[in-house]
Amino acid sequence: MFPRPIEKSSRSWQMTYQSLLPVALTLWLLPLIAVAIFSVKPDTDFTSGNYWGMPSSFEGFNNYGKVFFASDMPRYLMNSILITVPTVIGAVALSCMTGFALGIYKFRGNLILFFMFIAGNFVPFQILMVPVRDLTLDLGLYNTKTGLVLFHIAFQTGFCTLFMRNFIRALPYELIEAARVEGVAEWRIFWYVVLPLMKPAIAALSVLIFTFIWNDYFWAVVLTQGIESQPVTAGITSFNAQYRAAYHLMSAGSIVAALPPVAMFFLMQRHFIAGLTLGAVK
Amino acid sequence: MSNAPQASARAKTFRPGFMARNRQVITPLLFLTPGILFFLFYVIFPVIQSFNLSFYKWDGLGEAEYVGLKNYKKLLTDRAFEVSLWNNFKWLILYLLAIPAGLFIALFLNQTVTGIRLYKSLFFFPFVISQVVVGLVFTWFYDPTFGLLNTILEQFGLEPLNVLGDPNLATYGIILAGLWPQTAYCMILYLTGLNAVDPEQIEAARLDGAKGWRMLWHIIIPQLRPATFIAFVVTIIGALRSFDLISIMTYGGPFGSTRVLSFYMFEKALSEYGFRMGYGAAIAVVLFVIMLAFIAYFLWSMYQDEKGAR
Repeated sequence: MFPRPIEKSSRSWQMTYQSLLPVALTLWLLPLIAVAIFSVKPDTDFTSGNYWGMPSSFEGFNNYGKVFFASDMPRYLMNSILITVPTVIGAVALSCMTGFALGIYKFRGNLILFFMFIAGNFVPFQILMVPVRDLTLDLGLYNTKTGLVLFHIAFQTGFCTLFMRNFIRALPYELIEAARVEGVAEWRIFWYVVLPLMKPAIAALSVLIFTFIWNDYFWAVVLTQGIESQPVTAGITSFNAQYRAAYHLMSAGSIVAALPPVAMFFLMQRHFIAGLTLGAVK
Repeated sequence: MSNAPQASARAKTFRPGFMARNRQVITPLLFLTPGILFFLFYVIFPVIQSFNLSFYKWDGLGEAEYVGLKNYKKLLTDRAFEVSLWNNFKWLILYLLAIPAGLFIALFLNQTVTGIRLYKSLFFFPFVISQVVVGLVFTWFYDPTFGLLNTILEQFGLEPLNVLGDPNLATYGIILAGLWPQTAYCMILYLTGLNAVDPEQIEAARLDGAKGWRMLWHIIIPQLRPATFIAFVVTIIGALRSFDLISIMTYGGPFGSTRVLSFYMFEKALSEYGFRMGYGAAIAVVLFVIMLAFIAYFLWSMYQDEKGAR
């Protein structure tokens, strides 16, 4: 293990390390802690200039209550869910299939197709912006959740295919060969042999794509406009315009907007990290 | 859908039909079709269309007018384009700091004391939050009247700074905000990498008297190569994709000093003063070409790996 395990070092260094940890963490999360404190302050603290002192009263319930019951926030959150969940399902389903095809079969053009998916995944959004916006307008899907979902599925398929194909590649190939010798049809091999083995990859990818799509801002701005379809990342700007200078509410709103992926991360931590670090270890 | 090859194979056991003979080609084709169609229509064709569009003048509504290379010629004398390009360069270089910073934190946290798991996840926290919220959080952090940064500077008796209001500082302020989640990402990559470092090599090196920097440089970092490669890929892509933070924190200002190509393109193509899609497309093409150099390098590295594999 590197660096040398702390248990093997001197007692004083162990104590220093133990006390250094919380200090480092506080410094690291300082901007976030500040916002968390803002979000439980009463608005009088801001008018009286008491920005960094103790909150003069605890208004957490009031502030968050306003965000949830007196603003458009729940509407935006709902939109985010209705955009994110179908995208996750669609992108994972498509990439299970593409990953299977590219990971199992040897045919001409296999690697070229695979590299097309990878390259497409790295392309800057701006080169897609105008044509994708036009396409969405032509389909009559501009400013709809469906329009956003369709694009997200298509674009995420690139990354998901990379992920799934590499995962399937690492599965024992003998399993598939054995099934073929038994005369099992190819689609049955996919459904009954490969898919059950892909469960961890599906879990990891789902959590990852959920976060990516939930946090998307650019496409939300390009393809949607109003409260009926905009996700919370775009909604937070109109929320902030509505409560200009009401920092306690803006802070509470931001925390609410950020929370779902955070909750997802803490609940599914192992899958999340497995997904992110795929390929970081050989 | 791939019932067909199976059925035909059964029907003509003695002379396999066309489907059965080509099963190894047809099955993957069927599995790939939906994914490829989606990808073609939403990613591949749009790239080609953007290239094409960059030779036109178009307001998004009327007829597009062919202007040849005029859009690109105009870019050469466009001050705002020059600023954006230069800022992209700053982003690229400074964003790479996330890699050593992430390694540093990973080394700091790679211990087995109680509660370290929770510390690791809390350090990773910033990456999970949307860039929009990171942007807001840092805007308030930098705020000249009540921001935490100036409160701290005041404590040390220093002059207050208006980071986002100063054309010379604003871009660096935004990059710093971007480095926060990016460092967290690199950290998690390295933590996983450190887990897989071969303990025997470390012990052998220790016996040979290697420790500290020399150990890190000669034994650890070479073994972290895969993690470094991924960190490099995601950091470069992240730097060139920067849009959310700029849009939230400064909207390109003050005086256009924080624009980057991705933001400038958006501004031109969908600006309030009329859409200039053709000009925007030309900017996007320039960004794409820059990115392509990196994409080519990534693909080449992956191809080298593939050749080694089965």
